Amino acid sequence: MATEAAQGAEHGAGGGLVFHPMDQFLVKPLFGDGPVGTFTVTNVTLWMALSVLCIVGLLVLSSSGRATVPGRMQSIAELAYGFVRKMVEDVAGKDAMPYFPYVMTIFMFIVVSNFLGLLPLAFTTTSHIAVTAFMAIVVFVAVTVIGFVKHGVGFLGLFWITSAPLPLRPVLALIEVISYFVRPVSHSIRLAGNMMAGHAVIKVFAAFAPLITISVGVGLLATPLSILAISAIYALEVLVAFIQAYVFTILTCVYLRDALHPSH
Amino acid sequence: MATETHQTLSACLTPEGGAVGMPQLCPDWMGNQIFWLIVTLVVIFFILSRVALPRIAAILADRQGTITNDLATAEDLKAKAAQAEEAYEKALADARAEAQSIVAATKAEIKAELDDATAQADARIAAQAAEGEKKIAEIRASALESVKEVAEATAQELVAVMGIEADARTIGAAVGTRLKG
Repeated sequence: MATEAAQGAEHGAGGGLVFHPMDQFLVKPLFGDGPVGTFTVTNVTLWMALSVLCIVGLLVLSSSGRATVPGRMQSIAELAYGFVRKMVEDVAGKDAMPYFPYVMTIFMFIVVSNFLGLLPLAFTTTSHIAVTAFMAIVVFVAVTVIGFVKHGVGFLGLFWITSAPLPLRPVLALIEVISYFVRPVSHSIRLAGNMMAGHAVIKVFAAFAPLITISVGVGLLATPLSILAISAIYALEVLVAFIQAYVFTILTCVYLRDALHPSH
Repeated sequence: MATETHQTLSACLTPEGGAVGMPQLCPDWMGNQIFWLIVTLVVIFFILSRVALPRIAAILADRQGTITNDLATAEDLKAKAAQAEEAYEKALADARAEAQSIVAATKAEIKAELDDATAQADARIAAQAAEGEKKIAEIRASALESVKEVAEATAQELVAVMGIEADARTIGAAVGTRLKG
């Protein structure tokens, strides 16, 4: 991730700055140097496992006391529970409660992974389109299946806007269908793009930070500025880490509502 | 690291082991990521749906129950307090009424006693007055007698001084006539 300036901006042979802002996103085998197969234990495995551990610590260990008056960690667990539960109830409706555990799963995974990715030297699993696209496609397929199972052909009413004038309806239906199929794309690229962009920008600034060791004149200005910029963008990224998890989850709830109540 | 190894490892790595373009778009790694993502999501899902969520829901329900119970208890206690206050007010009013009746009774008793005593005193005073009057009458009578004696003596002396010999009976008759007149 961010502050590993030495790794990101190794000095090249010529003594100039070398930028590798994307190297932090490389998937590497955790043991040895072999190729990355489907089942290879990689840094992806490590950081996903860490996210599982964090979630266990946050939601399971913290609540093991079952205290009526909660401690700090239990309060966080209850807050997260209430936050997602209320989101599902308010956005997707009361009849969406059976899907609450899955919505909670993706929210906790994304929010924990996003924050873990902000640790220096961390690998951000949610910055990868493969990860976010898979989650988005699961949501898309699930929502489509739920829609057809619950409403049969009536689910297509989602695209046939009865409140619009009749001549406009086919046009609107076309637009609705297109937007429906674009959903998983925007859903996944939004999250991955946000996570990747912030981390890459931090890395670029980190590459500028050691400039003072090469040229004192330029470095005197560039080094403090880049350090300031890293701090500022890091603060922004902390915000983005939560907001993007929230956005992904609330969009899931919105899609779920469409499946449960297709007639707007 | 040997250049050849990396090139054979993945098309997404430069010979130095750096990234070619966006590593996110490298198809070689997507299978690995998706596999581990599925494992992760399934693990999280089971942890949440089997352990964490029911437990937190139970904790929240417990708390809600506790709060409701406490509120009910508070309501109960409040009612009890109101009852106690009512009972206290009633007792106070009763006590006040009783006190008033006692005061009235005592007052009546005292009045009766007082009347009694007054009557006795009046009777005694009347008796004494009567006795006094009697004594006064006696004294008056005796005084009258004395006056007559003194008058007779004085008259005899006067008559004697005037040189007239007069017997006691005549003088007595004369004094008696005078006193009556």
